[in-house]
Amino acid sequence: MSSSDIYRELILDYYRNPRNFGKLDPHDIEARDSNPLCGDEIEIQVKVSADQKIEDIHFLGKGCAISQASASMLTELAKGKPLEWVKELSKGDILKMLGTSDLGPARIKCALLSMKVLKTGVYGYLGAALDEPADH
Amino acid sequence: MLKSQSLDVEQVRKDFPILKRKIHGKRLVYLDNAATTQKPRSVIRSMVDFYSKHNANPHRGVHQLSIESTEAFDAGRKKVVSFINASAFEEIVYTRGATESLNLVRYAWGSRHIKKGDLIVLTIMEHHSNIVPWQLLAREVGARIEYVGVTPDGSLRFEELEALMGQSPALVAFTQSSNVLGTINDAQKICSMGRRAGATTVVDAAQSVPHMQVDVQKIGCDFLAFSGHKMLGPTGIGVLYGRKEILAEMEPFLSGGDMIKEVHISGARWNDLPYKFEAGTQNVEGAVGLGAAIDYLNSLGMDKVRSHEEQLAAYALEQMGSVPGITVYGPKDVSLRGGVVSFNLGDIHPHDLASILDEEGVAIRSGMHCAQPLLESMGLSATSRASFYVYNSYDDVDALMGALSKARRIFCL
Repeated sequence: MSSSDIYRELILDYYRNPRNFGKLDPHDIEARDSNPLCGDEIEIQVKVSADQKIEDIHFLGKGCAISQASASMLTELAKGKPLEWVKELSKGDILKMLGTSDLGPARIKCALLSMKVLKTGVYGYLGAALDEPADH
Repeated sequence: MLKSQSLDVEQVRKDFPILKRKIHGKRLVYLDNAATTQKPRSVIRSMVDFYSKHNANPHRGVHQLSIESTEAFDAGRKKVVSFINASAFEEIVYTRGATESLNLVRYAWGSRHIKKGDLIVLTIMEHHSNIVPWQLLAREVGARIEYVGVTPDGSLRFEELEALMGQSPALVAFTQSSNVLGTINDAQKICSMGRRAGATTVVDAAQSVPHMQVDVQKIGCDFLAFSGHKMLGPTGIGVLYGRKEILAEMEPFLSGGDMIKEVHISGARWNDLPYKFEAGTQNVEGAVGLGAAIDYLNSLGMDKVRSHEEQLAAYALEQMGSVPGITVYGPKDVSLRGGVVSFNLGDIHPHDLASILDEEGVAIRSGMHCAQPLLESMGLSATSRASFYVYNSYDDVDALMGALSKARRIFCL
């Protein structure tokens, strides 16, 4: 699969009409990170329910279509899931969510930035250190 | 088919082995020359030849190979001297690149001469390598920095520069050619303004020396920095030109072997110029490769290199002008710009655009180009950038335009 195949209608739709975009108040989790190569920025805010589930989740950011669509799709995927689910989230899950098998080393960081931010936030909330780098 | 009026590009292309490569099954269209350039066979061969026949530590031994290595090293320096018309061999200091050259000035000159409250004048169009060293210096000694802005068409605001000169700056550091806008600044005029105001002048020539005739005596600068790899030479070799009088009174930068004349337990005496600034075993193959690159450029003629790039830039600007939704940055008059064309296409992020172009074999740069203050001043977070050199043809511009059409189709623009 060529890397430009990623730019399907679905990805472009999420890029141009991001779901769950904007601030979420009040929230229990907030985390942000950027990708210095691309300048992609993602900030995620999460409201946690009493039973430790993602009750609501929003993101803010700017950057390429891959990073922004990935973040928006991830918020949809994560809503209603237990925080433990975030721990299990992997690179393979994100690629599957984006409908691609590989993005190549130059662009994979764009796709995984939102997962890294979400994991950082959730791990911070759970009081545990990030036990593995998010993009490996 | 359009052909360059200045260079026989087909002939030039034969000298660059990498241009035969296919990228994703397509012809390589290399348009990332402001980042680094490809190497002609003569440069590659010069370094293989050095290691195959002449390698030894220069300046150290009395044996034959050490003599040959020293000769090769110095021969490379002599080529640099005449290439930028320095007045003496002593004025050319080898470094790892323009970044190290600028850092050398920051440490060996700046730390002793810039004092608390002094004014450092930069321009907003500087590469990070001509900003961060001065920010660190300013923080260290308590100096302040002012940035000259740019007009909407990408030219320096000379009225701002003029006003800052009235505040007696200690240092004026600026790029001769912008790596984002392509703008060519009038280095002679700026240095003359700086000199009249009593400032020391530093020229970042990383994007000018490879592309046009640069004459340091005509410019009248105190320092000028450039890199070998952006002018067909190898990575890891660069040059700091410094006026002899100013280099002579400076303390060393890095210290160790080769930069000393005598070392005693009580202290040391520094070596003569330029060796005072070249500590440790030097990058001889880099100096040899840079020398071969200069020979190659001289064989083409720098006036022809410049006019070739002007023609390509003019053609690219003309072609891009008809693309719906495109914004092209920098001066429209090609006599005021180098072969660097930055642009944005609709709402396509430059990284997405660069990925799509890569599929077509077209290599461009995308992002902030190590010039974040400039992009922020323009309200941008990224641009796409195509930059030309001696082996680029009108066909390459056409390939870029074709790839941009594909990107517009994919993004439904």
